[in-house]
Amino acid sequence: MKILVAVKRVVDHAVRVRVRPDGSGVETENVRMSMNPFDKNAVEAAVQLGEAGHADEIVVVSIGPRQSNDVILTALAMGAHRGILIEADGRVETLAVAKLLRAVVDEEKPDLVLLGKQAVDDDSNQVGQMLAGLLDWPQATFASEIKVVGGGLEVTREVDYGRATIGVALPAIVTADLRLNTPRNAALPMVMKARSKPLAVRPVAEFGIDVAPRLKVEKVSPPAERPGGRKLGSVDELAAAIKSELSELEAL
Amino acid sequence: MAVLVLAEHDLGKLSASTARIVAAAERLGPVHLLVAGQGVAEVAAEAARIAGVEKVLVADSPALAELTAEAVAKLLAELAEPYGHIVAASASTGRDAIPRLAAKLDVMPVTDVIAIHGPNRFDRPIYAGNAIETIASGEPKHLLTIRASAFRPAQSGNNAPISAVGPDVAAVAKFIAAHRTESELPELSTAQIVVAGGVSFGSAERFALVEDLARTLGAAVGATRAAVDAGYAPNDWQVGQTGKIIAPDLYIGIGISGALQHLAGIQGARKIVAINKDPEAPLMKIADIALVGDLFEVVPQLIAGLKR
Repeated sequence: MKILVAVKRVVDHAVRVRVRPDGSGVETENVRMSMNPFDKNAVEAAVQLGEAGHADEIVVVSIGPRQSNDVILTALAMGAHRGILIEADGRVETLAVAKLLRAVVDEEKPDLVLLGKQAVDDDSNQVGQMLAGLLDWPQATFASEIKVVGGGLEVTREVDYGRATIGVALPAIVTADLRLNTPRNAALPMVMKARSKPLAVRPVAEFGIDVAPRLKVEKVSPPAERPGGRKLGSVDELAAAIKSELSELEAL
Repeated sequence: MAVLVLAEHDLGKLSASTARIVAAAERLGPVHLLVAGQGVAEVAAEAARIAGVEKVLVADSPALAELTAEAVAKLLAELAEPYGHIVAASASTGRDAIPRLAAKLDVMPVTDVIAIHGPNRFDRPIYAGNAIETIASGEPKHLLTIRASAFRPAQSGNNAPISAVGPDVAAVAKFIAAHRTESELPELSTAQIVVAGGVSFGSAERFALVEDLARTLGAAVGATRAAVDAGYAPNDWQVGQTGKIIAPDLYIGIGISGALQHLAGIQGARKIVAINKDPEAPLMKIADIALVGDLFEVVPQLIAGLKR
């Protein structure tokens, strides 16, 4: 099968972001950027399907500024075959992202599209489901296991009550959860080789899709601070403190 | 215009989160509460008792038995026309179906709403809760998922009329198996008290100490991602950015250092208690009550102390 993987360049998940004092957003200047962690799981899943003989071509696509080339190169170093960057500056909302990805799907005709379940910057958790809706394909979100069975997939999903296994026919959309796999760190020779793999850069205007934001971000604020409290000296004090909390709860 | 709210239910019971999203949605307009599933007559009867519900709609069909995204999105799309808002809990079903529906209706949704400022102004967290976005939407229809834990539940005491809606939906994805975590403890996402453990417990057997303390307190159990990854706790106990977001009145974190992604899940807790060997752990610094100590000594003593 042919697999398309969508990846996003985001503020590295280990960075503690700061809200700009003017409330216009989060400081992203001089901050370490990397591939969205869930997207790494999606790339790894695609590469593993390739290694198991189920995928003959893996195309990776990203939408964002020119620097998003970095995350495409990371995916190519992990084992994807070629990349597409849809170059777009500024905020591109999830619905516009899904429409751009549909255009890529129409061109590339993959059997499977893999995405991370959410991006850790805007935490939207929308694009995979939207793309499935636009294409009218089945979706298997929050995947922690993917098996190729017959002509389709059996996907185990992480849900509120535990896990659920569903069967989907191809073509389908699968979004990756963290327990799907452990993404590899590409060895240096793979990183060098990635630079010679094809990477097409295409301006977003080429797609003729309206990407103007529909939601207005009025302001971005920091969350309420938790000042911290008291340190106790013994377990007995802790038991007493918890008991008094419990009686307060009963009063509520 | 009325608000269409998708009820959360499981195993023939209405989930506690439903009364919370009804309370939130009531600020947007009269609530029509949709109960979708198979054999959900009793759930619908429970739903009709939530205060503020104008009417209950029941979509009962074998195709809705597992509430697949395809079937739920199609059902909501068929019902969408007269509604100004379509609302679901930010939980497995809503997260799966609302964005799919949004694409079908060509509407930009707002997910994970934690505050409602007006019919089209909402707060939602970004960057694992390290920033809060205030959004104004100019969309003709508003599709929302709401974090139940951010809202107080609507009262009980109502007798809303119940009517059937005839869905023409198919499940598309084939349901193969449910792997349920069996537990007699309260449901994590809406529990009033949560006891959570980290990877420092060292084994699934020793993680049972967390469950012992939870049982003593009538609390739900939570876990860090590392503890789940290590196999000490099932995935649906994970609390954090990518797990469950909780807002209990009392949260007790044991042997949890407090990674950003875990803290994202507990920011709404009213009181935080932390027990850790390391006084410098981030969770210890934000805790309302902290005790420095070895969890294998502290927890059994604490259980004994609470039972006294």
